[in-house]
Amino acid sequence: MNTEALFHLNITNAAYIVAAILFIVGLKQLGSPATARNGNRMSALAMLVAVVATVVGNDIASWEFIIGGAIVGSAIGAFSARKVAMTSMPQLVAIFNGFGGAASAAIAAAELIRLIDDGSHIAEDVSITIMASVIVGGVTLTGSFIAFGKLQGIVPTRPILLPIRNVINVALLIGMIASTVWLVIDPSLTAFMIAGAIALALGILVVIPIGGADMPVVIALLNSYSGIAGAATGFVLGNTVLIIAGSLVGASGLILTRIMTKAMNRSLANVMLGGFGVEDGAASAGGEDERPVTSIQPEDAAMMLAYAQSVIFVPGYGLAVAQAQHQVRELADLLKEKGISVRYAIHPVAGRMPGHMNVLLAEANVPYDELKDLDEINGEFQRTDVAVVIGANDVTNPSARTDKSSPIYGMPILNVDAAQSVIMMKRGMSSGFAGVQNELFFLDKTQMLFGDAKDSVEKITAEVKDL
Amino acid sequence: MFDAEALIIALTVFVLAIFIGYEVITKVPPTLHTPLMSGSNAISGIVIVGALLVAGQADGIAGQILGAIAVGLAMVNVVGGFMVTDRMLKMFRKSGDKR
Repeated sequence: MNTEALFHLNITNAAYIVAAILFIVGLKQLGSPATARNGNRMSALAMLVAVVATVVGNDIASWEFIIGGAIVGSAIGAFSARKVAMTSMPQLVAIFNGFGGAASAAIAAAELIRLIDDGSHIAEDVSITIMASVIVGGVTLTGSFIAFGKLQGIVPTRPILLPIRNVINVALLIGMIASTVWLVIDPSLTAFMIAGAIALALGILVVIPIGGADMPVVIALLNSYSGIAGAATGFVLGNTVLIIAGSLVGASGLILTRIMTKAMNRSLANVMLGGFGVEDGAASAGGEDERPVTSIQPEDAAMMLAYAQSVIFVPGYGLAVAQAQHQVRELADLLKEKGISVRYAIHPVAGRMPGHMNVLLAEANVPYDELKDLDEINGEFQRTDVAVVIGANDVTNPSARTDKSSPIYGMPILNVDAAQSVIMMKRGMSSGFAGVQNELFFLDKTQMLFGDAKDSVEKITAEVKDL
Repeated sequence: MFDAEALIIALTVFVLAIFIGYEVITKVPPTLHTPLMSGSNAISGIVIVGALLVAGQADGIAGQILGAIAVGLAMVNVVGGFMVTDRMLKMFRKSGDKR
């Protein structure tokens, strides 16, 4: 190695440290909506620094393939970033996670091919990290694609339980360990490909038994995996900026996973084993609830809202499905003009990914300081005249506090039942994802407003205007 | 690739980075969790660095094609991730802010 190359390498490593610092500061700035945009730009700058340092500091033999790949990838990325609807953000993040995992696996494959062609001895730690990279990458790839399919409705959202899935999973795990040992003893592409195929199968098998409403957990976890796969690639190539950035993403995904499982009062194991709501759903479908509910028309709802002093909106995924966020904001503006206090209560698992509801409401121009999370808002319901639940169900079910036999018992909920009165907008009397009947429907203070949420909110707004 | 000593250093970096990530990201409020996910998605596109290395140093056609695929996939993450995060963050505003 001549001194010039050494010098380049040092500059490269110095640039990698700068990139790592920029990534960390960028993530830190993501801690407040005021600085978040700047933080994101800082991370992008970090990426640019890392890429330039890599290109400058290394002998890149052939450019055609790199440039070709970069142009195609950038075009796809830019196009989807511009076109994606905010309701489909979970799908986009899922598929990007999958691409990240696939990239890590492809890098590991290319590196193994190079090492085998070199003909020199491959150290144990290198073969193990190559395997780690392809396994985590492969699981992330197919797992993310199944998650995407479930979110998009291509793959059935209900949990799909294979009869002998545990046997299959154990067999795949054994195969994975065996092929890793094989690669360590005798570096061959066959061992690598077997491990890769097993990882791809495992990704499918791990996500397919998980129900649609648990997708926030799955996406957060796959997010973490894509970071860990990147860190593993960093070990393969001996590159610290990969290790640092990958670990940051891994940590981020793990934190979000924990927040989501906590918000559902379930363990990660419980989510991953899947099948939640299957048995319970069947049971409650058999015993149809005959208790009476009070239903109202939009005019009555408008009256209730117009004469209230404080209103809390409780949006759920149904709001996103009905695309009613703009109409809700319009109604909220109207109420605010009348001097009524309006806030939004956001449950952590409302929507299909962490923070999904906040983005949808931000898109509809709702200021973020009006969005309150569970801890902030739960004490406020008892001082609130009307709580309007739009397309949310399980997260408002008081049974979670009181009924020990309920499958959702212990899940933190929004205490909507503490409000003076409740308007529940729903399409029909069906139960939520957990298959549990919502006790909130049957309270004296609850008025059911049946119909499409967008339509109902529009009618209410028109009525309030006329009052 | 690492020798034994470098492997220990790399592991140290790995563990410390996870701790830093944990400390920094715990403070991100729920409102920003979706941008956090798409933004960290973009950051996981850091594998572009690895992709460039293997694509640029590959001898055979197989390695070059795999490298090009890795570059492409990583660039989807980098470009798409940062752009969509920016698009989202642009929408966040406080009460009273004009748009």
